[in-house]
Amino acid sequence: MGTERDGAREDLVAACGEVREGGAVGGVGMVALPGSTEEVAAVMRVAAGHELGVVVRGGGSRLGWGTPPERCDLLVDMSRMSGVVEHAAGDLVARVRAGARMGDVAAVLAEAGQEIALDVPGDSTVGGVVASGLAGPRRLRYGTPRDLLIGLTIVRADGTVAKSGGKVVKNVAGYDLGKLFAGSAGTLGVITETTFRLHPLPAARAYVTAEYVAVPVACAAVAAAANSALVSSAVELSRAEPGGPTRVGVLLEGSADGVTARSVRMAGLLGPGEVAADAPDWWPGPPSAAAGETLVRVSFWVSALGRVLDAVDAAAERTGVSPVIAGSAGAGVLYVRVGGNGALGSIAQTAASIEAESANDPEGVAVAEFVGLLRGAVADERGGVVVLVAPVGVRAGLAGRGGMSGGTPGLALMRAVKDQFDPGHRMAPGCFPGTP
Amino acid sequence: MADTVVARLASTLRAVCGAAGVITDPLQLRTYECDGLTSHRTVPALVVLPETAEAVAAVVRACAAAGVPFVARGSGTGLSGGALPHASGVLIVLSRMRRILEVDPVSRRAVVEPGVTNLSVTQAVASYGLFYAPDPSSQVVCSVGGNVAENSGGAHCLKHGFTVNHVLGLEIVTPAGELTWLGDGTGCSSGYDLLGAFTGSEGTLGIVTKIVVKLTPVAEAVHLVLAAYDSLEAGGRAVTDIIAAGIVPAAIEMMDALSIEAAEAAVHCGYPPGAAAVLLVELDGPATEVEAELAIVRALCEAAGAREIRAADDPAQRAGIWAGRKSAFAAVGRLSPAYIVQDGVVPRTALGDVLARIAALSAESGIRVANVFHAGDGNLHPLVLYNDAVPGEAERAELVSGAILDTCIEYGGSITGEHGVGVDKSRYMPKMFSAADLDTMQLLRCAFDPASLCNPGKVFPTPRLCGEVPGHRRGARPAAPGGAEIF
Repeated sequence: MGTERDGAREDLVAACGEVREGGAVGGVGMVALPGSTEEVAAVMRVAAGHELGVVVRGGGSRLGWGTPPERCDLLVDMSRMSGVVEHAAGDLVARVRAGARMGDVAAVLAEAGQEIALDVPGDSTVGGVVASGLAGPRRLRYGTPRDLLIGLTIVRADGTVAKSGGKVVKNVAGYDLGKLFAGSAGTLGVITETTFRLHPLPAARAYVTAEYVAVPVACAAVAAAANSALVSSAVELSRAEPGGPTRVGVLLEGSADGVTARSVRMAGLLGPGEVAADAPDWWPGPPSAAAGETLVRVSFWVSALGRVLDAVDAAAERTGVSPVIAGSAGAGVLYVRVGGNGALGSIAQTAASIEAESANDPEGVAVAEFVGLLRGAVADERGGVVVLVAPVGVRAGLAGRGGMSGGTPGLALMRAVKDQFDPGHRMAPGCFPGTP
Repeated sequence: MADTVVARLASTLRAVCGAAGVITDPLQLRTYECDGLTSHRTVPALVVLPETAEAVAAVVRACAAAGVPFVARGSGTGLSGGALPHASGVLIVLSRMRRILEVDPVSRRAVVEPGVTNLSVTQAVASYGLFYAPDPSSQVVCSVGGNVAENSGGAHCLKHGFTVNHVLGLEIVTPAGELTWLGDGTGCSSGYDLLGAFTGSEGTLGIVTKIVVKLTPVAEAVHLVLAAYDSLEAGGRAVTDIIAAGIVPAAIEMMDALSIEAAEAAVHCGYPPGAAAVLLVELDGPATEVEAELAIVRALCEAAGAREIRAADDPAQRAGIWAGRKSAFAAVGRLSPAYIVQDGVVPRTALGDVLARIAALSAESGIRVANVFHAGDGNLHPLVLYNDAVPGEAERAELVSGAILDTCIEYGGSITGEHGVGVDKSRYMPKMFSAADLDTMQLLRCAFDPASLCNPGKVFPTPRLCGEVPGHRRGARPAAPGGAEIF
């Protein structure tokens, strides 16, 4: 085994020049740091030749999401692949390498008064955002990464380089692999370069907020704001505890005069709301979980919002957990955080050890039961409940309650797609592509 | 397909669709021989008109069992031959599945069957102050199912996006004949975004039987500006300046002298006579902002050298101005006995150069080209005019049409912005994509349709064999911890 590994290491050094030992990261073998699409291709050919399990790392902030990979012989670290390759400001298009940080990209685009209209953390990489499908409050108006991505370059598990889309926004030539790779969580191949459609940075922003005691009134406010011709960029809802007050916040973007005029009218719609230039302290960003927390995404039709909130309360009461709710209610998405004591576990932890751990984790069982109850109720509303992040104990408890993702439509086709792109099942082995 | 196979399949399908839902009469079959791209014609072996999703699934299962190819057809308005039948195959016509199953105005969602026409969705939800945003020019007749297959755009997709941005769930029949959903209708289901990958796959990955669409609040104010110029370049400058000012209009359209002349003759749209270019800029949104943008757009249009500017805010006036643009394709028929409708895309900033190249191509070949285009997103629709009675002219027109696509590719654009590849452009795919790109796209095809029976021969110039997947694999697939699905 030692010689096999040495051989792989030598080949990887030849492929990309820089290989580190992964010792610091639990269960990781080697770390390759390719600097170009060609080097990624060379690295992937080596990985294929040596049958290495491969995990791709962008900023690393969401590597702990979903189910950890069963093995990681090779971590492909994209940090050397940074930079905006091309910013065609007149075309509202930018081509960016996958390892670039969103904050750095934003700074470049802002020079021309433009942006990639996703509110995601500045230290996240472009590739990581696309692969996780991460989107924040403004998804209501601009969509998620898949809606803004117009082209990409990927390297397949066997090292084949392929492109789809291009650098024009309007383009229906060929299948759109961008849709397939957005949210695929590194399970189909390595994203090396992306092209985005851009939007002009708004000249002004205003936040209109209101707090409600009665849940139905809050739900009516959400629907009114999202359906209004005042063009809300985001309609967010937040509730810190079951039975507690519900906050609703609306983001308006546009010209200074326009935003001023609209925020007065929006305040009236929220009956009445307060207007501020800056985000309130409770404004939800993109979904995230603190250490040990379980992060659950609930998606639904907005007309069911009240019943979804009731379902969260009912499940919480039955299981004794204290969920914190925040998210893009106007777009039909809420994030529920629960618990806070479990460990995420690491790569290569066996099912048996997870089971052993969960036996000593009553909180994990309660959280899993909470998710199971919520799933049942939300399914009646045609919604979905997906666990994005969960400690080991919760994951164990979810077995038999739909797992991390619950029912996934088109699962058989997804398996077939995985088999085609990664027949050896070496890309993020064992991972489910959870899309926030 | 051999006559006996046809006869046997026809009898199976009659049990599924009823006798009236299966067409075998050669004369009737001929009415389905082409879609909107009439230069390609193939009479199908059989036509079926199923009325339910289950019937579509049963038809596909019967075809799969018999190894017979099948092609789905909506309203047949496609312009790339995507619904061109297979000579020995079954054409599955979805026009009888035209129910709007549900409208939920609070959620801004509707569930429709594939044969529902695009415009009728907007008509059904208008009373709630909502509309269905994708608006291809054929929206009066084209079907939502066909829109999904082609990922249709329209004049207003510059601001509002394409079909793929407005579809949240699809019930499909897989090429194996199974009913399944892609996406759960909420806009964020788990796993791979097969909904997104399926949309725009031109009927090659399966057949849509239900569609959950997103609805959009109707804009408070809409203003349309018409500006006339003495040159296309001047009009192009106005477009560049409007975008540079940070304004995203709902639509920016441009027409050249030849297409203006044609439209004028056809619908008397009253465009400024003698103009070399007419620019239409539509602004929509909240009233205050639209008013402010209107002032900026007028100023920029003037600064670019407009000889005349008109503005319209009431629906009737706007419709009058739009009539000229919307009639352009058909109107060109008055100028020429035959013409090719081309659909190419270039980066917006390359429009001026590319239009000059098209003019040069036209001058060199003596083939007239009328230009109508979505200037905001660089989507060109050159209309290549020819007389099919003149020997060799059709071939020369075809060469000019192909050279225009080559130019689009050279400038980093695309061979199709909205009409699709279909049978018409599959031979251009290798010019835009490498062999590895096309091979990778077809992995998706192999996952959905390994037997290659679903609309075969479209999009890709050479099919990929799906039998054996390359790469090695050892041992059984391990089970996932915690019951999670393995990918």
